[in-house]
Amino acid sequence: MEPLRPSDHHDSKRESITQPKLNAVGWLRFGWRQLTSMRTALVLLLLLAVAAIPGSLVPQRSADPNGVIRFKRNNPDLFPILDGLQLFDTYSSAWFSAIYLLLFISLIGCVIPRTLHHWRALRAAPPATPARLNRLVGFTERQAEGRLDDVLDDGERVLRRQGYRVVRYGDSISAERGYIRETGNLVFHFSLVLVLIAVGFLGGFRYYGQRVIVEGQTFTNQLTSYDSFSPGRFFDESRLDPFSIRLDEFVPVYDLDTSTGFPIALDYTAAVTIVEQGGEREEEIKVNQPVGIGSTTTYLLGNGFAPWITVRDADGTAVFSQPVPFLPQDSNLTSLGIIKVPDGLDQQVGLIGFFYPSAAQLESGALTSLFPEPDQPVVTLNAFVGDLGINDGVPRNVYALDTESLTQLTGGDSGEESIILGMGDSAQLPAGLGSVEFTSLPRFVSVEIHHDPTQAVVLVAALLALAGLLTSLFVPRRRLWVAAAARDGVVDLQYAGLSRGDDPGLEAAVSQLAQQHEQAISGRTSR
Amino acid sequence: MDNLVSLSVVAVYSAMGVYTVAFLLFTLDLAKRSTEVPQRTQAPVGASVGASAPAEALEQTELSRTELPRADSEGLGGATRFQRAAFALTILGWVLHFAAVVFRGIAAQRVPWVNLFEFGLVATAMGVGVFLLAQLWKDLRFLGAYITGFTVLSLGIVTVNYYVDVVPLPPALQSAWLVIHVLVASLATAFFALGAGLSVVQLLRYRREARAVAGLRFLDTLPGSATLESLAYRINIVGFVLWTFTLIAGAIWAERSWGRYWGWDTKEVWTFIIWTLFAGYIHARATRGWRGDRSAWLAIVGFSAIIFNYTVVNTMFTGLHSYSGLVTTPS
Repeated sequence: MEPLRPSDHHDSKRESITQPKLNAVGWLRFGWRQLTSMRTALVLLLLLAVAAIPGSLVPQRSADPNGVIRFKRNNPDLFPILDGLQLFDTYSSAWFSAIYLLLFISLIGCVIPRTLHHWRALRAAPPATPARLNRLVGFTERQAEGRLDDVLDDGERVLRRQGYRVVRYGDSISAERGYIRETGNLVFHFSLVLVLIAVGFLGGFRYYGQRVIVEGQTFTNQLTSYDSFSPGRFFDESRLDPFSIRLDEFVPVYDLDTSTGFPIALDYTAAVTIVEQGGEREEEIKVNQPVGIGSTTTYLLGNGFAPWITVRDADGTAVFSQPVPFLPQDSNLTSLGIIKVPDGLDQQVGLIGFFYPSAAQLESGALTSLFPEPDQPVVTLNAFVGDLGINDGVPRNVYALDTESLTQLTGGDSGEESIILGMGDSAQLPAGLGSVEFTSLPRFVSVEIHHDPTQAVVLVAALLALAGLLTSLFVPRRRLWVAAAARDGVVDLQYAGLSRGDDPGLEAAVSQLAQQHEQAISGRTSR
Repeated sequence: MDNLVSLSVVAVYSAMGVYTVAFLLFTLDLAKRSTEVPQRTQAPVGASVGASAPAEALEQTELSRTELPRADSEGLGGATRFQRAAFALTILGWVLHFAAVVFRGIAAQRVPWVNLFEFGLVATAMGVGVFLLAQLWKDLRFLGAYITGFTVLSLGIVTVNYYVDVVPLPPALQSAWLVIHVLVASLATAFFALGAGLSVVQLLRYRREARAVAGLRFLDTLPGSATLESLAYRINIVGFVLWTFTLIAGAIWAERSWGRYWGWDTKEVWTFIIWTLFAGYIHARATRGWRGDRSAWLAIVGFSAIIFNYTVVNTMFTGLHSYSGLVTTPS
């Protein structure tokens, strides 16, 4: 070989291995074999585990949309980069989907040939006895007295009793058992595919929505009645079951943790009346006890207070009178609420209110709540006037008041004191607008209504997978052979076994077979 | 009831003390084994009289490699009397540990595994319990130092950082699934802990088999790395089945409590990651070239993920599954 010339110079000798020339189909087959290899499956599995990590480090749009908005506000420079990488939708992102789709293709491509192979093996007889049993596992030799056929018949009986499929090959017995190991393995992997299909296809028919219901109010299952709604791809409004829920009463039970001063919630119970096609019924919804209505399930999410506020004009006519859900801000249910009065008064009025169920005054003069029960309910209000922005028909957030373009009349820098109301109190609004009253104190609950046709299928698939896993890991697949040779009225017996896959008990099984065979022979001859 | 809570705390600290002594004795046993091995192979080497000292030492180590004493149920694998004492103390420590768990349960009038502290208490008790019961199956007492040391460390961290007084069940945890899901999760953790310990010893043993390094001679008294690997596998697959059940039970409970059986909550994500890692571990066993070192590392990484799941995910990551019981500032 000339070192100064390249190895593949035109007149150089071909010294390396001749690689096969693959055509397009050949390359496809090569690619397919690589994809369905154990090594690829292993690498994809580990990659899937690693790829799932980013979804736990940053908030996800599906689970925590508020967290995503908060992240955007706190990290305005980083947000677009991470969003471009689809990190806020990790589990529906292109790269995560690519990994598990490849993994499933690899799985299916491997499992289908294995199923065919197993189907044939299930119907085949155990193979012929190997010539040299001493090369197999657990080789044992014994002697027995009697006729060769009788001795082998005893052996067959012993093996059949242990659940083996037994075949006699001349002077030897071949036995096999543990087919369920491979069956369980295939069931496990097919169940995973079933989960994927169920979620992928039936998931399109999912929907869920949230709604705040105040005590005494009724919610009707219509698309417009929901506060927020998330439909699947195939959702159709006509699919909503016709029913209504009225919240009769919400009863929480609290205790006080004396070491920390924080309240401890012991129980939440919402008593509701459900009207559906079958009739009317009363139910209780608790946190771990949702209520099924038709094909949906209703879950108890949160709760709070909805003080009934009545706003009257200068003549005393009520222009606004309804309960207003105040959103809880801490564990003692200090709550924040917004009241908008667009019509009926001389100007459009917006009120920002704080509610304290058990109000107490701090040293600074500010109010706080000591406990989530309404022992001393107090509402404080600050009034704003101006254009509430509702007139132009653009929908505005009910729970937020944009005070940029409004004039503050009480509290803050206005010079006037904030309006403070106890239960049943009323106070005058500034500028002769009228009066506001804290009439009563109903509670509210927020419920979530789910319709998920994937649930039943995924549960069945998961249980099948668990059963398949148990058999595929713990049932040994093994073959046992007994070879006999007659010699001067004595039968020489040889035992050996072989397993497919992990079988730590194989040697013990062979020696146990020898022992039991011996017992069976002596049991027969003693009779 | 306050009496029982303080009794429980006393029992935990006593258990830690006993485990510490057991740990010291287990370590002494392993150290003693290192000095015993060359003496036991002295006889055959004596035949080569006149060999120079370094050559003799080399022959000693070579012979000790070929004449590996197999660890059997009588601990003839070089174990000293320190091991028997250590094992007895481990049993005593476990009884105290178990009593601590039971007292706490009676004091709280519910199952004693609803917050981070209680889960740590129960999972470590299960870890030692599984180790003790495993002796009926195979002699794994050489792992005693790892088990007791890890348990003392965990109990120390848990009692200092995560201790909370007994509080009643919040509504979200008032469910029969609390008993099932968390119990099986802690049992799975115990099995994975044992499997990870065996994997670590397997790695050490493999290094020693490959090069017969001068240090850690006690490794010669332990089963070979192939045996250790198959022991670790058999324990890890039990843990995997339990973890699969934990995942399914958690999903069923999530549907009852949060409205959906799977929502990629941080805890759910990490349970899935651990499940996938151990699925990879099982696959590695059937893949050419992935037995041995790589399998051992997969088991160790999987167990590290479990520790991460218990500590960091519970305390630092936000999610629905925040039942640590620790007082955090409201968001």
